[in-house]
Amino acid sequence: MIKANSQTSTLTSANHQHKVYPHHHLLGIDGLTKLDIDHLLNRSEYFVKHNQQINKKCSNLQGRTIINLFFESSTRTKTSFELAGKRLGSDVINMSIESSSIKKGESLIDTAMTLNAMHPDVLVVRHPESGEVQLLSQKVKCSVINAGDGSHEHPTQALLDALTIRRRKGSLEGLEVAICGDITHSRVARSNIHLLLIMGARVRLIAPPTLLPSKIECMGVQIHHNMKSGIAGCDIIMMLRLQKERTHGSFVPSAREYFRYFGLDMNKLQAAKPNALIMHPGPMNRGVEIDSLVADDIKRSLIREQVEMGVAVRMAVLDLLVGGQGKI
Amino acid sequence: MTTLYNNARLLDPASGLDMIGALVVHEGKIAKVSNKVFVDSSRVDSDIIDCGERCLAPGLVDMRAQVREPGNEHIENMSSAQKAAVAGGITTFAPLPNTNPVIDDVSLLEFVQRRALEIGLANVHPYAAITKGLRGHEITEFGMLADSGAVAFTDGKHSVANSLVMRRALSYASMFKRTIVQHPEDPYLASKGSANEGQTATRLGLSGIPSAAEVIMLERDLRLVELTGGNYHAAHLSTAAAVEAIRQAKKRGLPVTCETAPPYFALNEDAIIGYRTFARLSPPLRSEQDRLAVVAGLADGTIDAIASDHDPHDPDRKNVPFSQAAPGGIGLETLLTISLELVHTKAMKLIDLLQRLTVAPARILGLPYGTLKVGGDADLVIFDLNRIGKVAPERFASKSRNTPFDKRPIEGRVWRTVYRGNVVYDVEK
Repeated sequence: MIKANSQTSTLTSANHQHKVYPHHHLLGIDGLTKLDIDHLLNRSEYFVKHNQQINKKCSNLQGRTIINLFFESSTRTKTSFELAGKRLGSDVINMSIESSSIKKGESLIDTAMTLNAMHPDVLVVRHPESGEVQLLSQKVKCSVINAGDGSHEHPTQALLDALTIRRRKGSLEGLEVAICGDITHSRVARSNIHLLLIMGARVRLIAPPTLLPSKIECMGVQIHHNMKSGIAGCDIIMMLRLQKERTHGSFVPSAREYFRYFGLDMNKLQAAKPNALIMHPGPMNRGVEIDSLVADDIKRSLIREQVEMGVAVRMAVLDLLVGGQGKI
Repeated sequence: MTTLYNNARLLDPASGLDMIGALVVHEGKIAKVSNKVFVDSSRVDSDIIDCGERCLAPGLVDMRAQVREPGNEHIENMSSAQKAAVAGGITTFAPLPNTNPVIDDVSLLEFVQRRALEIGLANVHPYAAITKGLRGHEITEFGMLADSGAVAFTDGKHSVANSLVMRRALSYASMFKRTIVQHPEDPYLASKGSANEGQTATRLGLSGIPSAAEVIMLERDLRLVELTGGNYHAAHLSTAAAVEAIRQAKKRGLPVTCETAPPYFALNEDAIIGYRTFARLSPPLRSEQDRLAVVAGLADGTIDAIASDHDPHDPDRKNVPFSQAAPGGIGLETLLTISLELVHTKAMKLIDLLQRLTVAPARILGLPYGTLKVGGDADLVIFDLNRIGKVAPERFASKSRNTPFDKRPIEGRVWRTVYRGNVVYDVEK
């Protein structure tokens, strides 16, 4: 197999035009086409059904080795990838490396070289610095899946969000989606913005100016600083986690003030469409960005469904990258 | 209840009105502004106050005054501050948050508002702090404070020195349509200085604060305003360079305003000669050239407003060596009379001066005061333009005496102050 490692694109195209999913890595949503995403979501649907069976094990990835390489703590993403790999019949190794014990640059590359020598088939990598997963992908032969890099991208989260929405609304096209909260530090927001716009949805961002990165409107989104006017007429409201250390007077003066103006509660939710659905990538800070009544409202909240879709989406990604050649 | 203020020179800087006439107040509101003087007042069914052709203007709006309540009520409490304000013709003022404790929380803001209402002689619209405890690190709850009536945000006599904090404050405050009011002074250049750096300080052997300390902080802030689009107001400008920086910023269309205070256009650094601690101010009194630039800035509108910069201190903090004395001077009761010097020296027209003292600061703070509009609150000042006198602190309503204008000859005197239709100050009583 001839592999073209691109230095600039977040994706690396393999020279196999006949493949339905023509990429060697999944480093980000930016650069994917509508066709790629549709294909990934269709394949994910298959695994949703597969996961509802009693015997969830299959052999699509039998004999393959997946290494979960996490330079930042994670519970749900790591577990989700591990489960996905195991259900596909592969061997999964977890490596958690305390970010304090590693140094950037050379040592990351050294780690990559070491792992490369063990001939894994997939590296699932999370790193606290933007761009580090891409750097690592250039140093190894196997496929690399970005499980979140800094404030850059978290593609599987965007895909599982898209799958969740698609299953409820039929399609993403024409939907009004609001993404609320700490946009500045959010890789989930960036991946979702790319994906939603590619799929024809309209995106509004709602946040205080201190949590909006400069020139974000150039990505093709609308900006709102007022929650009620921001979610007016929305089909989907995606809440983002606001880390507690950012609520002590630096980005936001206090958690209570943040909740008053940007926390999603039943009162603010009335501004959205009556059938608007609520999403959150987790883990939630109840009482900071979301009220428990909203988070636990089984009619409106998709939060648990998102987790379920996560496993299916990750199985689809693994399968399409290194599994049974992408047949549905 | 209806009151007729007859035979007055009516001055309304918001509309440019300047004429002899009468003003009718009904139920605390301005009911009529007339160019007729009632000759036969027996036919008028209301109380009549004959103003004797004195000037009648909107009550002054003072956007920068310090009240020492809570914390140091013996220096100035809400009652003495309101009495001093109305004695100076001021019917609205904005106290700074640098009390003890600092006004950085909704409950403290509400305390000040409640105390102000209990006294009830003037409108009081308090500021809240930009940073918790005025420490310059963490921004306060702008949203909740603004919703509770914080008129704007300022760290009082402290500069927000950290550029990142200032950037976020400007950015975050813009969401709630509030202005950030800065004391523009680089704290590192100003540290240990007690007088304007220059000839006078050098001869007196005092360590100086260079005028650059003001413009450096101001120009940094102007860049941050450009970056964030936040509303910004520079308080008590004292230097030629700072006035010029604001002039250029306004030409560029930045959303900035500024104010100065009477000491900076009526005095220069020579007022400290003899180590007069009452003339130790913050920012320090500057050179004559700076003073002239402040006057020019006021005249051409670069400087939007004049505030009292009322900063009371007890003798324990002023009867000490100059470098140890607390900077600041009182100003509520001399705001109008000292400002009138600009009219008497023909630097400004009376109507323009009144604009800087009434509607201009009201607009900066987003308050509906400072006009003689029919239907508005009857907050008025009636003053003699030409009556000769002297600044007499022993007769002040303020609890403190530290005025830099002690015994200064003045031309002009507040005759009556009216707040919501009630006479709250009468010079003859």
